[in-house]
Amino acid sequence: MRNRLFGAIGLGAVALLLGSCSGDLPQNTFDPAGPVAQKQADLIIPVLWVAAGVFVLVEGGIVLIALKYRHRKGEERTPPQTHGNTRLEIGWTIAPALILAFVMVPTVGLIWELSERPADAMHVTVKGYQWWWGFEYTDPEMTVGYGSSGPIVTADTLVVPVGQTVDLSLEAVGGGARDAEGEADHAVIHSFWTPRLFGKQDVVPGHEGNIVFSADEPGTYWGQCAEFCGLQHGRMWFRVVVLDEAAWAAWVANEKTPGAEPSSALARQGMDLFLNGEFDGGQCIACHAVGGTEAGGIAAPDLTHFAAPTHECFAGCNWDTFVNGEPNLDDLKAWLRDPGAVKLGAKMPDYGLSEDEIDAIAAYLYSLT
Amino acid sequence: MADAAIAHDEHQTTTGLPSTKLGMWLFLSSECLLFGALITAYVLYRGSSLVGPYPNDVFDIPYTSVSSFVLLASSLTMVLAHAAAEQRDFGRMRVWLLTTAMLGMTFVGGQVYEFTVFVEEGLRIDTNLFGTTFFVLTGFHGVHVTVGVLMLLSLVGMSSARRLPDDQAFPVEMVGLYWHFVDIVWIVIFTVVYLVPTPSPGG
Amino acid sequence: MASVSVVAPSKGLVRRPMATGGFWSWFTTVDHKKIGIMYGISAFVFFVIGGLEALLIRAQLYQPDGTLLNADQYNQIFTTHGITMVFLFVMPMAAAFFNYLIPLMIGARDVAFPRLNAFSFWAFILGAMFLYSSAFLGGLPNCGWFCYAPNSTTDPTSGATFYALGLLIAGIASTVGAVNLAVTVINLRAPGMSLFRVPVLVWMGLVVQLLLVFSLPIITVALFQLLFDRRFNTAFFDPTRGGEPLLWQHMFWLFGHPEVYVLILPAFAIFSEILPVFSRKPLFGYQFVVFSGIAIGFIGFGVWAHHMYAAGLGPVANTAFGISTAIIGVPTGIKIFNWMATMYKGDLRLQSPMLFCIGGIMMFVIGGLSGVTHSIVPSDYQQTDTYYVVAHFHYVIFGGGVFAFFGGLVYWWPKVFARMFPERLSKLVFWLMLIGFNLTFGPMHILGLGGMIRRTYTYPEGLGLTLWNQLATVGSFIIALSVAIFALGAIASFRKPKGLANEDPWDARTLEWMTACPPAAHNFDEIPTVHALDEFWHRKYAEDKEGRLVRVPAGASDHEPDGHGVALAIHLPSPSFWPLVAALGLPVMSYGVIYSWWLIGIGAIITVTALMGWAMEPSVAEEH
Repeated sequence: MRNRLFGAIGLGAVALLLGSCSGDLPQNTFDPAGPVAQKQADLIIPVLWVAAGVFVLVEGGIVLIALKYRHRKGEERTPPQTHGNTRLEIGWTIAPALILAFVMVPTVGLIWELSERPADAMHVTVKGYQWWWGFEYTDPEMTVGYGSSGPIVTADTLVVPVGQTVDLSLEAVGGGARDAEGEADHAVIHSFWTPRLFGKQDVVPGHEGNIVFSADEPGTYWGQCAEFCGLQHGRMWFRVVVLDEAAWAAWVANEKTPGAEPSSALARQGMDLFLNGEFDGGQCIACHAVGGTEAGGIAAPDLTHFAAPTHECFAGCNWDTFVNGEPNLDDLKAWLRDPGAVKLGAKMPDYGLSEDEIDAIAAYLYSLT
Repeated sequence: MADAAIAHDEHQTTTGLPSTKLGMWLFLSSECLLFGALITAYVLYRGSSLVGPYPNDVFDIPYTSVSSFVLLASSLTMVLAHAAAEQRDFGRMRVWLLTTAMLGMTFVGGQVYEFTVFVEEGLRIDTNLFGTTFFVLTGFHGVHVTVGVLMLLSLVGMSSARRLPDDQAFPVEMVGLYWHFVDIVWIVIFTVVYLVPTPSPGG
Repeated sequence: MASVSVVAPSKGLVRRPMATGGFWSWFTTVDHKKIGIMYGISAFVFFVIGGLEALLIRAQLYQPDGTLLNADQYNQIFTTHGITMVFLFVMPMAAAFFNYLIPLMIGARDVAFPRLNAFSFWAFILGAMFLYSSAFLGGLPNCGWFCYAPNSTTDPTSGATFYALGLLIAGIASTVGAVNLAVTVINLRAPGMSLFRVPVLVWMGLVVQLLLVFSLPIITVALFQLLFDRRFNTAFFDPTRGGEPLLWQHMFWLFGHPEVYVLILPAFAIFSEILPVFSRKPLFGYQFVVFSGIAIGFIGFGVWAHHMYAAGLGPVANTAFGISTAIIGVPTGIKIFNWMATMYKGDLRLQSPMLFCIGGIMMFVIGGLSGVTHSIVPSDYQQTDTYYVVAHFHYVIFGGGVFAFFGGLVYWWPKVFARMFPERLSKLVFWLMLIGFNLTFGPMHILGLGGMIRRTYTYPEGLGLTLWNQLATVGSFIIALSVAIFALGAIASFRKPKGLANEDPWDARTLEWMTACPPAAHNFDEIPTVHALDEFWHRKYAEDKEGRLVRVPAGASDHEPDGHGVALAIHLPSPSFWPLVAALGLPVMSYGVIYSWWLIGIGAIITVTALMGWAMEPSVAEEH
């Protein structure tokens, strides 16, 4: 029993060590990439060490007692009939209480520290839909240079500059799109989480949640919805793309421009279908927007810069928009053929598009850089 | 809780109290939390309705005061029924029990009428938060009064058919506990819902 | 037990069932022991069903992008797994132990309200069947056992409606049962059995029942609100009409956290009974074990919002609930230290009930330690809603609870069935279950810290957590194997003839072992008079001047003979079918809420008629 137990402890410890060192765990909470996640990890790791100490003492104690005082065949022994000991009781009431009090001091400090909202932050509104994320850059300098000069809007990827403190306002949205059965998406509770950057904050309809964070290094960080939000909760992913200063400036400049004019004939045909096509059950532009065109739907992901390289993934990050730098036409076409087959219950219905129409629309979307 | 009317072999309990009485008290303490939660929901949503009608638009305080008085009077008749049972005057006990049941039915009837008036005035259970919390809270209470009336009528019937145990005062006392509880809850509901003024955006 | 068949007295509304033996007698019994056995069997059946659901979950997650279940099926399965294990396995299994043992342990002939006891059982089983009938009526509940609004109020399937109604029926069953058992403990103790002479199991039973009495009404109201929002379009949790989704969470967890202790205190109760017997020592610090149990019960009402740190309640609430969560660790620790001290210097008989207890305590310690980390609020923003939490509560409820239940089943098996549970098989069950359990739930700590969310039907390969998922799946099938072996052992024990060589096979300490195995319908021929904690032990053993145990020769006890309740004058409550009929009206009314007002009326008539018949029927059939 003892060997097996220590084996298990050893295995667990090794696993944790492996976990914290390896780079191929994109949602590892013990591999922080920003100050918030760093503080959250720094707080728990010493506590886990304390817990490990208690674990060894208590479990070791139980195993030792069980082995030492086990009944042996043929041995007649009368155990002492002890009923209790008040001093001991007081001792093992106070000792754990002291340990816990010791642990709670930095905990309370960090609760308050993380609830602060600095003034110099960049503001982004995060919108949780069933089942994808949208982002609106609400600061005045982040308005677009076309149309009614609204905020920069993206879907599925949150793009931020490195080192910049970002203040996220969280909002649950619903009521726009409908799936093939006519079931609307609803404003329900989600939870916004990027393990390597920050812990969760629930997105509650009727409430405005907040997260303040920043990222230390450029890169792509995985996140996903962490509160059960219905059918496709398991695939409500997103990514946080952190850019260095130059790339950030370029990204902002590009986002402020309207969607590109298509250059190829196929893409132009796709644009026509996108803007004017009437399909079984509706039009693309009823839900989707492409900046600079009459497409102004707000119930579904904004497609203005669908093919920008920072827009890494689509449909709740169900599929990557680029594979090895090449447009991922296969997954986009499968999605256009029948979204519900790719992601059961997706709020984009199957419009019964022909293969030619799918080719054209795909070409148009990949012209939107 | 109809079986509360059945006295078990209570002679040798640890506390000396009949188990049925202890059980009834525990049940009623659970009921306190039930109504506590319902009242909390009402108070929490007080003034949160986004559209009317609001409480001031529909409440008829004098009318509800009268029906509240009817319910309170039934507590008195319940006490009289119990007193009669203790004096083993079971005829008089049945009269008072019936009176109590009639008063209870009058209250429930008044509530049903009040509900229909509110609905006519445009306040339904799905109209706004006021309608939601009001109908659910007072409706739950009304169901409790109705259950109490059923228990009272059963007592009368069983007493007439001589199906009650010899000590008829005991089942009457148990039903009385429940009845008084339901009355007291109404005093709280009446105060919180009708008497405490509600800020309403519409007036 | 001889089958007694007597013609009912003519006064009843309908002829009264009198048989106390035979198949049909189970439907009319009011005997707490038979009801306890029925609770146990049903709970075990639901454990197997819930376990099969768990195997489906693990099979789906064995590899990335699993395709065994689709999102819809998975959501139904994980929801039903949770509901089944909490409401249809752990709670009724605890009810089985409490129902069977409490009257025996306090020297009572039955519970305070035997027919209400039968009603509780039938309401529970019918509520469970109602819940599962949803599988054929549009799908099982799919909103998680916590069923957060507004996802649950807007979901287009009828799953959440079945959830609300099914749990309401189960809640009625539990409330009635809780009142019944609490009154039994308070009021029906044998002469001399003061509250500080009752076994810890009875104490914990009382605390559990009181927790239920005070927490169930809250979830009852919440379930009605959810039901009305879905069915009658009320606005309780509808933010578009000013409703507050967090109200559901507050009410759910205000019930839900005491509920956690409802699930674990029965395990503490069983540990506290078995450890002293197999250590051949009294329980160390009896009062402290009892008071810490009471303290856990009280503080359990003050920690609910630690399920909601990420909901945005603000730093004040998070600080307060973080601290209360840390505090509740203290009384839990007290219990563990007292159990260790009970074993210390004992003469430990490592038979399977003891192994299950030691293993269970050790597993519970792990769950307790990870529970304490939940008080570290800022870090919990990372761990909440991940597999770390799944690992935590399985170490508590499976590691603590299920191990205790299996230990308790083996320990009281001879009491109930007059046959020993095959020891070699139960030891095998223990070791297999210990290995399978750790293999399943140990890796889930790593899964959670590595970023895998709960309630997800899939995960991408890129998450890098495939190996740990595979280990967990393998472990779950080892657990399944251990449970199958347990079932085999149960069958094997029944193939042996009834009868024990020794009616006190473990040399036990408490009153239930002072009577026959299985006990007669009236439990005790003579109600014992109690002089001490561990009464039965003190009738067997005295301590000599050096504090050593000396067996008291039979018949030489210095106790006065028990003089209460001479066997001849025992009037046991008679069987009745009204409890079953009254319970039958509840699911009928529930179907009515979903399908037709007429059914509500029919169900109400069934229940009211049954209650009338019940009230008219004397608890004890008259002499003839």
